[in-house]
Amino acid sequence: MGLLSDPVRRRALARLVLRLNAPLCVLSYVAGIAWFLALVFPPLTQRTYMSENAMGSTMVEEQFAGGDRARAFARDFAAHRKKSGALPVAWLERTMRSVGLEVYTQSFSRKLPFPDETHERYMVSGTNVYGILRAPRAASTESLVLTVPCGSDSTNSQAVGLLLALAAHFRGQIYWAKDIIFLVTEHDLLGTEAWLEAYHDVNVTGMQSSPLQGRAGAIQAAVALELSSDVVTSLDVAVEGLNGQLPNLDLLNLFQTFCQKGGLLCTLQGKLQPQDWTSLDGPLQGLQTLLLMVLRQASGRPHGSHGLFLRYRVEALTLRGINSFRQYKYDLVAVGKALEGMFRKLNHLLERLHQSFFLYLLPALSRFVSIGLYMPAAGFLLLVLGLKALELWMQLHEAEVGLEEPGGAPGPSVPLPPSQGVGLASLVAPLLISQAMGLALYVLPVLGQHVATQHFPVAEAEAVVLTLLAIYAAGLALPHNTHRVVSTQAPDRGWMALKLVALIYLALQLGCIALTNFSLGFLLATTMVPAAALAKPHGPRTLYAALLVLTSPAATLLGSLFLWRELQEAPLSLAEGWQLFLAALAQGVLEHHTYGALLFPLLSLGLYPCWLLFWNVLFWK
Amino acid sequence: MAAAMPLALLVLLLLGPRGWCLAEPPRDSLREELVVTPLPSGDVAATFQFRTRWDSELQRKGVSHYRLFPKALGQLISKYSLRELHLSFTQGFWRTRYWGPPFLQAPSGAELWVWFQDTVTDVDKSWKELSNVLSGIFCASLNFIDSTNTVTPTASFKPLGLANDTDHYFLRYAVLPREVVCTENLTPWKKLLPCSSKAGLSVLLKADRLFHTSYHSQAVHIRPVCRNARCTSISWELRQTLSVVFDAFITGQGKKDWSLFRMFSRTLTEPCPLASESRVYVDITSYNQDNETLEVNPPPTTTYQDIILGTRKTYAIYDLLDTAMINNSRNLNIQLKWKRPPENGYIHYQPAQDRLQPHLLEMLIQLPANSVTKVSIQFERALLKWTEYTPDPNHGFYVSPSVLSALVPSVVAAKPVDWEESPLFNSLFPVSDGSNYFVRLYTEPLLVNLPTPDFSMPYNVICLTCTVVAVCYGSFYNLLTRTFHIEEPRTGGLAKRLANLIRRARGVPPL
Repeated sequence: MGLLSDPVRRRALARLVLRLNAPLCVLSYVAGIAWFLALVFPPLTQRTYMSENAMGSTMVEEQFAGGDRARAFARDFAAHRKKSGALPVAWLERTMRSVGLEVYTQSFSRKLPFPDETHERYMVSGTNVYGILRAPRAASTESLVLTVPCGSDSTNSQAVGLLLALAAHFRGQIYWAKDIIFLVTEHDLLGTEAWLEAYHDVNVTGMQSSPLQGRAGAIQAAVALELSSDVVTSLDVAVEGLNGQLPNLDLLNLFQTFCQKGGLLCTLQGKLQPQDWTSLDGPLQGLQTLLLMVLRQASGRPHGSHGLFLRYRVEALTLRGINSFRQYKYDLVAVGKALEGMFRKLNHLLERLHQSFFLYLLPALSRFVSIGLYMPAAGFLLLVLGLKALELWMQLHEAEVGLEEPGGAPGPSVPLPPSQGVGLASLVAPLLISQAMGLALYVLPVLGQHVATQHFPVAEAEAVVLTLLAIYAAGLALPHNTHRVVSTQAPDRGWMALKLVALIYLALQLGCIALTNFSLGFLLATTMVPAAALAKPHGPRTLYAALLVLTSPAATLLGSLFLWRELQEAPLSLAEGWQLFLAALAQGVLEHHTYGALLFPLLSLGLYPCWLLFWNVLFWK
Repeated sequence: MAAAMPLALLVLLLLGPRGWCLAEPPRDSLREELVVTPLPSGDVAATFQFRTRWDSELQRKGVSHYRLFPKALGQLISKYSLRELHLSFTQGFWRTRYWGPPFLQAPSGAELWVWFQDTVTDVDKSWKELSNVLSGIFCASLNFIDSTNTVTPTASFKPLGLANDTDHYFLRYAVLPREVVCTENLTPWKKLLPCSSKAGLSVLLKADRLFHTSYHSQAVHIRPVCRNARCTSISWELRQTLSVVFDAFITGQGKKDWSLFRMFSRTLTEPCPLASESRVYVDITSYNQDNETLEVNPPPTTTYQDIILGTRKTYAIYDLLDTAMINNSRNLNIQLKWKRPPENGYIHYQPAQDRLQPHLLEMLIQLPANSVTKVSIQFERALLKWTEYTPDPNHGFYVSPSVLSALVPSVVAAKPVDWEESPLFNSLFPVSDGSNYFVRLYTEPLLVNLPTPDFSMPYNVICLTCTVVAVCYGSFYNLLTRTFHIEEPRTGGLAKRLANLIRRARGVPPL
């Protein structure tokens, strides 16, 4: 502190910051990216390990042998489902009761804000069926959940079959200390959301549902299962939940333990585990997985019905059976044994899972990067914004001093406020206008869909997406108007003050996002920081404008889609990419309204207005 | 004559005690009974009751001869001036929806409620001491009962025995929902029985089987009762009860057959020689709904019919002769009709004081027919003091089960019977008239997660980092909001120059 409060040294330091600002910014940005890329190399990525004592040392011998039974259940279920065209509720109730569960149903209905064209649904009503296995001599204070989401198409029958066969097997055992809820939901995630809201007696998304008759205390953990074939070649695990929430790492470790024990082939993000981490191949393969995870987490979508459980602090993950063209195939018994083992170990839990990490990145199933190691990457990127802001602050300050000194009659106690006051007043208009644009972007598309469909030949979903794009593009035209409203004497000071505010605003937003959802924060920082740092009304303006447009939130989304498909080894053509982009926009808005995903309001109310400020700076006259 | 007097006295002395023994029956008696009830869900419930009655004034000090009544409890009654004591240990939850109403209700965990005599001056002190003593007797954590989990209900929990007045000041009620019940609680309970587990029904009380069940509840009830029909003096009654529910699905591989041996891995061979009555009741009420026949083997000697919990039931009675093998299944259907005139609601709410006493909310409500009534209480989650967290804070904190007590109108009118004669399972709760019966239901305990700090190394790191940031923040804020200017020392005005001249003349350093 002494260094900074000594005026002479302080001035020297300020000069250093001013003179070396550009190289420092470049260095910091490069360091951030390099740090992120380095995360996949062994000193930074560590092997996962089980932290929870209750699940660690206890041995479990799996005895599940109901493969034939599971297949028979699955065949019956598929037949009944085909016959009735919906979830065969009566059959499920009867079957669950016959294997000795307490069975309840829950009906729900939901009108989506606009038709969902990806899943082809608008007015949704369905029924969830769940059976509770009551643990003997327990007071129903804790429970575990095994859930199978059933969509409108007839997939997941095998998962229902396996669920029923497991229920029958579990019912015959006496060691259960927690109740087990076997849940089959209709309309996949909508059903899960309805059930979870009713279970916790809250209503956050406007879902209408009947109250639950049977409850089983606080849910400790949940596993969602998706299987569509009698045999699988590998099991894929999904961890990313709503708004980038992740389950406790111990749950993933548990799954991995049983993968190894049962000799199952398990994948993460559809990628196999690299074996060799000493050479370059392993880390490079890990980088692909890591990037895929970052993209998925940044999207904030629930990737499987487990994602909705996480909001209620229920640790959950989704297991997907993949049937590809590999040679070796596993039948339902192998999958069932892995599930049995997981449930038996979860049954041992004395406290809810809390020992291991909640914030982590996964370059492979058995490797993780902890929060302490990945945060510096985002920190370096945000440092660029800080340095730029500092530079602007000092320039503004020096300009003030420079203005005042030739003016004469300068007492040391002459107050600065008049000049500052003018600077701040000139900022009010652009700030308000850009925030208003954000608000319009958030509210108008859904609100104005009916007006749009009346006047234009488009469907509701199209109307929403097109309105979204129109308002987004309209924001770019606005800055030319704003500066006329504002009149300042010192033109340079005006844009500098605006940029300073915009930089601090952006840094704060990105910092907060990176703390809760690192992937999203990092992705946005990577794209938005360079353009934000460069934007100024002098120099090659067209170049800056192009850069700014290319790094706007919408362009980032488009770019992420291409990168995602590239990493999945299914590259997109331009037309496909555009279609996917439009679908993703509609999904983003829809998920905000149906599940409470926060990406859409975050972009429209926070980052888009902030980005408009930089656009404003660029076209400042 | 003078010589005859001592002789006569001697004869009297010799005859006296013996004559007493012959003339009066023993002043204490033991009745034991087992009710086996096949439940609507297919499971089987077994309810044991052992009732010791003692015609003695235990309140008076100096009772030293105990025959059947356990001395440990008798001394408690006199020392703490108890009027009633009800203690239950339960593992599991009675699922009323599937099992029908229970004979003996109890919440999950440990429950203790006590009425003290009105001679007790410091009720809280006696309550504290009593719970500690009981904790020792039953090897349970009852010593964790303190003011934070004790309440004094004003509407529920009336005395079950003889009571002249019901001043709630002398009632204390506490539940420990987390109490785990196991063999160490069963053994002291069994030791209180006159025949221990050597003979009679209590040979069935094998710990390994009893703790292999879906539900296990054991209780001790002490209360004063009338000694005779005119109620001129009181007797003390000790009831030890034990209910278990056997899971038919697991034990019978899906079949509903059961036998005493299959349930308890023991058969009854001989009655307890100290017992005046020892019976096994088997519910053989036939509803003929599923066209299932029931067959009791061996055939019962007598049957007993009565209105139990609002329905007419038939019980096969075995006066402890042989094991029974029964093959049956039935449905229990209770219709609740509310015909009573509307009463004024009663709400009693006693707010909690942090770390001193819990919330108590009592409501007297009239339920309309075929309706769902939802009583919900909002609460805020708060951070505890860090020393108040349990060793396993992430398990959550328990909220005690709530209690629903009701007088339910009976579908069939029961005839008033002499409750001394009726079976034990039908006579714990006093019945005012035959038109309704008493039920008490408990809800499940609630497990609530409170905000929990991470009690591990990262938590300390976060604390330290926050402190450092807080310290730095002040300095940085100071630096950023203040501007520094170098002030050149100036020569000053005329007065100062003059003063300095004078100072120099005096040899004092200038200003």
